[in-house]
Amino acid sequence: MSERFTKGMARNIYYGGGMFFMLLFVGLTFDTVTAVPERENRDQLTPAVAHGKALWEENNCIGCHSLLGEGAYFAPELGNVFERRGMGNEEVFKLYFNAWMKAMPTGAPGRRQMPQFNLSDEELNDLAQFLIWTSRIDTNDWPPNKEG
Amino acid sequence: MKYASQAVAKPYFVFAMLLFLGQIVFGLVLGTQYIIGDFLFPEIPFNVARMVHTNLLIVWLLFGFMGATYYLVPEECQTELYSPKLAWVLFWLFAVAGVLTILGYLLVPYARLAELTGNELLPTMGREFLEQPTITKIGIVIVCLGFIFNVGMTILRGRKTVINMVLITGLIGLALFFLFAFYNPVSLVLDKYFWWWVVHLWVEGVWELILGSILAFIFIKTTGVDREVVEKWLYLIIAMALISGILGTGHHYFFIGAPSYWLWIGSIFSAVEPLPFFMMVVFALSMLRQRRRVHPNKAAITWATGCTIMAFLGAGVWGFLHTLAPVNYYTHGSQLTAAHGHLAFFGAYVMIVLAIISYAWPLLHGKECNSPVAQRLEIASCWTMCISMLMITFLLTAAGVVQVKLQRLPEADQALSFMATQAAIEGVYWARLVFGVLFGLGLLMYLASFWLARRTREQVPALDSRA
Repeated sequence: MSERFTKGMARNIYYGGGMFFMLLFVGLTFDTVTAVPERENRDQLTPAVAHGKALWEENNCIGCHSLLGEGAYFAPELGNVFERRGMGNEEVFKLYFNAWMKAMPTGAPGRRQMPQFNLSDEELNDLAQFLIWTSRIDTNDWPPNKEG
Repeated sequence: MKYASQAVAKPYFVFAMLLFLGQIVFGLVLGTQYIIGDFLFPEIPFNVARMVHTNLLIVWLLFGFMGATYYLVPEECQTELYSPKLAWVLFWLFAVAGVLTILGYLLVPYARLAELTGNELLPTMGREFLEQPTITKIGIVIVCLGFIFNVGMTILRGRKTVINMVLITGLIGLALFFLFAFYNPVSLVLDKYFWWWVVHLWVEGVWELILGSILAFIFIKTTGVDREVVEKWLYLIIAMALISGILGTGHHYFFIGAPSYWLWIGSIFSAVEPLPFFMMVVFALSMLRQRRRVHPNKAAITWATGCTIMAFLGAGVWGFLHTLAPVNYYTHGSQLTAAHGHLAFFGAYVMIVLAIISYAWPLLHGKECNSPVAQRLEIASCWTMCISMLMITFLLTAAGVVQVKLQRLPEADQALSFMATQAAIEGVYWARLVFGVLFGLGLLMYLASFWLARRTREQVPALDSRA
């Protein structure tokens, strides 16, 4: 590197650049936090939805599935499972979801297996509510189609 | 070894390698479950094996970073470590907490583990990579604070070089951003948004400072190039890492509910993220060209140089491949993400830890390097692991491409379902598993090279005690 570019200049770029972009990031974060309630329909975030999120976490669903594209890629995306399996109808989806969860594991030889989580009917309802709520988040039109 | 207290690095390195071995075993279990879906079910379901695989990786890298720090900080500061005893206490605390957590994952259902550890008091569990029970997370914070205190006190009373300043900044950043692991709002979008403050700001932020300083240390020691030159490079590399990486977090905010301006910000800044990694390659090669001495530890130089190249490929090239929003729209959450994740973690962080162990281990045993025969085996292990990981990456990339083509690109009624697509990729997963086994063999060769070095230590001249 040329002699004119000194270590001091490099250090200033590091400290100055690092600080500047961190501050900018914090500023953008404030804006995002303000914009999120509308994009996720926070008014529909009921206690049932919140309980559903806790169940989602306590059973480590993210260890196999992805949710809005994040998680493991071993089992289907669930951010849009309400549209895929419920065709937009909450009653249809809950019936489907209840039956599905109770039928696990299928035990089909060689197939990927989902454990039996022994959730109560109320817990299944709340988990379904969480997935329904999640499917209505404004995700900039992701995923490209209903297969997720 | 110039300072007796550098020896506390030893248990950290040994334990890191044990966990690494465990990580690979569980990686092979996962690779098998991708093909034979009910393999080890219900004893070890996929989610449990995956948690063990990823958590072991994070924990052993932390052990590696800590060992590296305990080795290089006294030497840089030209003073003994503030408290070797504290380093030993923290080692056992972290090791026991780590082992108990892994056993918890394996022995009880996850929901029961959450209940047993009082997750409902402060719910932090069940989020990717942050699956640890809340008490384990508190333990990690305590270990980090004690560690930073110990290192900080050493730096305060010793020589303050650029390397140890950058290293300590990176370590403080690591501890600071980990605190976001305790923030788990009911809003899924905010949860995801701040989850990345741990995950992204670690691996594409402060960890790069740690990587850069360890790399700079190894190159100063092995090439004898003037410190001023190395430090200028180090500043430039980490400056570019932060300038691109901080707003580069935006590439995770495309499709999780955050505002759409992140599509632009994330794309533009993360497109610059390969630059610091490219600079690392140029740095390594130019140090080797300007070297003033020929260091006998060829294996360590191979690992350090290889690290820059593989990190550039994994973090730089494979990251850029799917980082632009219009591309990521189709690749988000596909096997392409897994391809990038594997090569980036291996190239940047696994290889730097293997490099510092390779450099420091002989010195910790009074020799400048391992015997030629041990080094040959070690260099062969480097090639084996690098080639296997590259093949795993190519294969997962192919899997991702098939997934996009069958599942994402077609119109809704023609698109294949997730499971049908997975069935179509089965052959690729078989090939991936083969290279996974080969990678495991590479790791065994690496470990065997240290065993061989121990048996052939008399073939290497002892260190000059004045050195």
